[in-house]
Amino acid sequence: MNHSLLSDRPQRQSWQPGRLLQLLHLDAPLLLGLVLLLGVGLMMLYSAGGQDTGLIIRQLIRLGVAMGAMLVVAQIHPDRMRDSAYWLYAFGLILLVTVLLFGDEGKGAQRWLDLGLVRFQPSEIIKLAVPILIAAFLAERALPVSALRMILSLVLIGLPAFLIAKQPDLGTAILIASSGLIVLFLAGISWKIIIGFLGACAAGAPILWYFMHDYQRRRVLTFLNPENDPLGAGYHIIQSKIAIGSGGTFGQGWLQGTQSHLEFLPERSTDFIFAVIAEEFGLAGAALLLCLYLLIAGRGLFIASQAQSSFSRLLAGSISITFLVYVFVNVGMVTGLLPVVGVPLPLVSYGGTSMVTLLAGFGILMSIHTHRRMMSP
Amino acid sequence: MSSRFTLKDHFRESRLINGRLLVAALISILVFSVVIVRLVYLQVFEYEHYDSLSNRNRVDIEPLPPQRGLIYDRNGVLIAENIPTFSLEMVPEKVDDVEATLKELSKLLALTEEDIADFQDRLKRHRRFQQVVIRQRLTEAEVARFSANRYRFPGVDIQGRLIRHYPQGNLFAHAVGYVGRINERELQSIDQQDYKGTLQIGKTGVEKEYEDILHGEVGYRQVETNVQGRIVRELMSVSSRSGDDLFLNLDINLQRVASESLTDFNGSIVAMDPRTGGVLALVSKPDFDPNLFVSGISSKDYAELRDSPDRPLYDRALRGSYPPGSTLKPFVALAGLELGVVTEHSKTYCPGWYTLPGHDHRYRCWKHYGHGMMDMNDAVAQSCDVYFYDLAHTLGIDRLHQFLDLFGFGHETGVDIPSESSGLSPSREWKRASRNQAWFPGETLISGIGQGFNQTTPIQLAHATSTLAMRGVMQEPQVVRASRKAGQNEMELRGNERVNSLPMQDSQHWEAVVDSMVEVIHGERGTARHVGEGMPFKVAGKTGTAQVFGIAQDEKYDAETLAEKLHDHALFIAFAPADKPEFVVAVVVENGGSGSKTAAPIARKMIIEHFGLELDEPQPAQ
Repeated sequence: MNHSLLSDRPQRQSWQPGRLLQLLHLDAPLLLGLVLLLGVGLMMLYSAGGQDTGLIIRQLIRLGVAMGAMLVVAQIHPDRMRDSAYWLYAFGLILLVTVLLFGDEGKGAQRWLDLGLVRFQPSEIIKLAVPILIAAFLAERALPVSALRMILSLVLIGLPAFLIAKQPDLGTAILIASSGLIVLFLAGISWKIIIGFLGACAAGAPILWYFMHDYQRRRVLTFLNPENDPLGAGYHIIQSKIAIGSGGTFGQGWLQGTQSHLEFLPERSTDFIFAVIAEEFGLAGAALLLCLYLLIAGRGLFIASQAQSSFSRLLAGSISITFLVYVFVNVGMVTGLLPVVGVPLPLVSYGGTSMVTLLAGFGILMSIHTHRRMMSP
Repeated sequence: MSSRFTLKDHFRESRLINGRLLVAALISILVFSVVIVRLVYLQVFEYEHYDSLSNRNRVDIEPLPPQRGLIYDRNGVLIAENIPTFSLEMVPEKVDDVEATLKELSKLLALTEEDIADFQDRLKRHRRFQQVVIRQRLTEAEVARFSANRYRFPGVDIQGRLIRHYPQGNLFAHAVGYVGRINERELQSIDQQDYKGTLQIGKTGVEKEYEDILHGEVGYRQVETNVQGRIVRELMSVSSRSGDDLFLNLDINLQRVASESLTDFNGSIVAMDPRTGGVLALVSKPDFDPNLFVSGISSKDYAELRDSPDRPLYDRALRGSYPPGSTLKPFVALAGLELGVVTEHSKTYCPGWYTLPGHDHRYRCWKHYGHGMMDMNDAVAQSCDVYFYDLAHTLGIDRLHQFLDLFGFGHETGVDIPSESSGLSPSREWKRASRNQAWFPGETLISGIGQGFNQTTPIQLAHATSTLAMRGVMQEPQVVRASRKAGQNEMELRGNERVNSLPMQDSQHWEAVVDSMVEVIHGERGTARHVGEGMPFKVAGKTGTAQVFGIAQDEKYDAETLAEKLHDHALFIAFAPADKPEFVVAVVVENGGSGSKTAAPIARKMIIEHFGLELDEPQPAQ
């Protein structure tokens, strides 16, 4: 592919889409996957939102902004990202502290920062800043990671995750922590440590349980099994399982889902949109959608494997896997596998800020892939 | 990058990371497979189940609010019950255009602007898939009118609900209190889950204090609804648990006698069983109809209650602060005995006034020409001020304050009803702290006869009298006697633990003071001679008259010419039988004139009612 690009140079051809994409630093397979996913998302949103074209237009505007962000990020050389990793992280952290002190409360949690013109969530900056920083930090020295670097990384990951969990926004805190931990994993911390850590968690849980008060235990149980609480958290899950189950193998058909259209399913255009998909397109549609997610992330992992520096590899790998974690946390919640934490279905749910961050992340992947230096192997 | 690390083996690193990338990819595929297996389970194996729940039927979950516990008096007479009413409710999520629907509804049912504003308010606090009340207490005609037009209003329906009702009307307005709509502040402090479908919460009195046990536990049911959201069939339900019933110590008959015998006077009556601390009567007049508050009082009714100069919403029994006047004297006398300042037989001469050594200001006795030689018994029986000026002066304010403190003067009694006031038992420290002034010796004298800074609540007065009657056994006043879980027979007794006991150096001191209080009622010169007439036991009591405003020295007090609002408050405390007390009563009649004329006859009526005596009403002594 790269050789062809080199050999293309002297020729002057009137129209070559591949060349235009390369000039714009975009990756064709990834772009194709994303456009497909976004198309499916808009279609589902049209159905879930009660065929409200206004909703679709608002989502399209956000999408335009997000695509713009992707395009801009794709132009930035990975080395510049590495150089500014600490600054970006520090900036994000300051904003997080600011939001804790002065933030606007929306829906009972302090997440928003009002800058007059725009309101945004600083946690979105941190979502990218953490994997960039950890990748840059670990790539400074030879891999695998030393114990000291590992501990320092854990602190760097834990600090913003803690601040966000305090807002409180547990879902985002989990995603941010996992994006950092994935970098650590890719950087080759030894299996002994990973298994030891998982073992310690498994052993620690019963001990913690033993020391908890009754009311704390009850809260944990409701968190783990929301169906015990049918009027609160459980209401969503019960309705969402009915919607999914009634979809069957091939679904009720687009715009035909009864549960979503009779308004039994709460938050059906945002966090619970996967249930609408499963109801209207059945197992076949839901599985295809999951495969599409896997393909997109797969392309990301391929880009990571082809990257030319450890920093790029780690960052691209983390962004791709975190994308899947995102999907899993949402779909796991909607299907009743995981506890309810408010995480949207990436690139499909209605809502703006996370879409910008996600596509900016894919912009990083594209930048990594298209800025490779052509050198002899 | 430092040169030491230029030896980074790029190839090895790439292999390491790529290996990990592969592992991550495999784990991801595994995890997604689990999700797909879950989908297969839900959509293929459980398809029939969920399909029947969803496709042909529409499943909805609604809360089943618990029934609030009932409240009975000690005889089992119902004081607070729940009666069915119909209310108009909306599930906002199921309504396309809330504004338009409201507009149509107001044409049909004549909703007022206030109804709509209240509804908008509630709308903000509820989730979109919960019912929100538009209007409560629909008449039957309105129910019929809406039912005929129901098809026009998807998402709006009539709900039968139980709401609180107080069949005894005004009688228990202050003691039992009332429930009202849950407000914003209360919403923060309750478990909202537990109040789904519940509209009311205890606001005052017993209803507030015992909210957690009266409320019960919410249940829910899964119901099948048709396309408009109307319920067709119930699929499963978890029933709610009704709140506990409460049985009060209050006796409706005593309550009624107390309320009626105050006639048109403002005031308060508290009766207690000194052996248990049980509050038998708790009346504050004027009162109000608690039923007004249950489904939201209209602002006009509320303004009327709030702005009335008689302050009917004010619970005088627990919050009204009155100078105790001469009802404080038995306690001061006990202080004198206990601290060794006087004996039962030490005498003081009353010429009709008292002067402090080195001053010429005359502190007057209520009897202008004086009582003559007085021992303690005479002084209490005839309420001689001079005797107590002298005693208070000898005791000094510090010792007096300390001793009265033991009986709970200046402290909340701990009665099981919220917002009690603590009254005031003045001291040197209090005056320094609150007014930044020194204590004057003259103020000690005034304190000794229960005037001046002293402020006592009626419940405090009853509580202190009860402690005196029990010769030092102190019980916290308790309005609620027992509770009973719904559907059970056993009662759980509430709070009758002995709280404190006041030991005296010589138990004879108690008897001396009690004797002097018996003399008040049964003695030839007692200030309340008529109270004990014809009773089969001895009654101990003490009259009191609290000045509403000061009368200058040498000025004559002429009740006739004073406006009624400036009349003295009449007070009376009593217990019976004197030797083995079973009943304590404290009466405060605002602007009632003198304790013996107005307050004491009320206490007599209460004693007659409590012991079931058959006696004629005595003529008030003129």
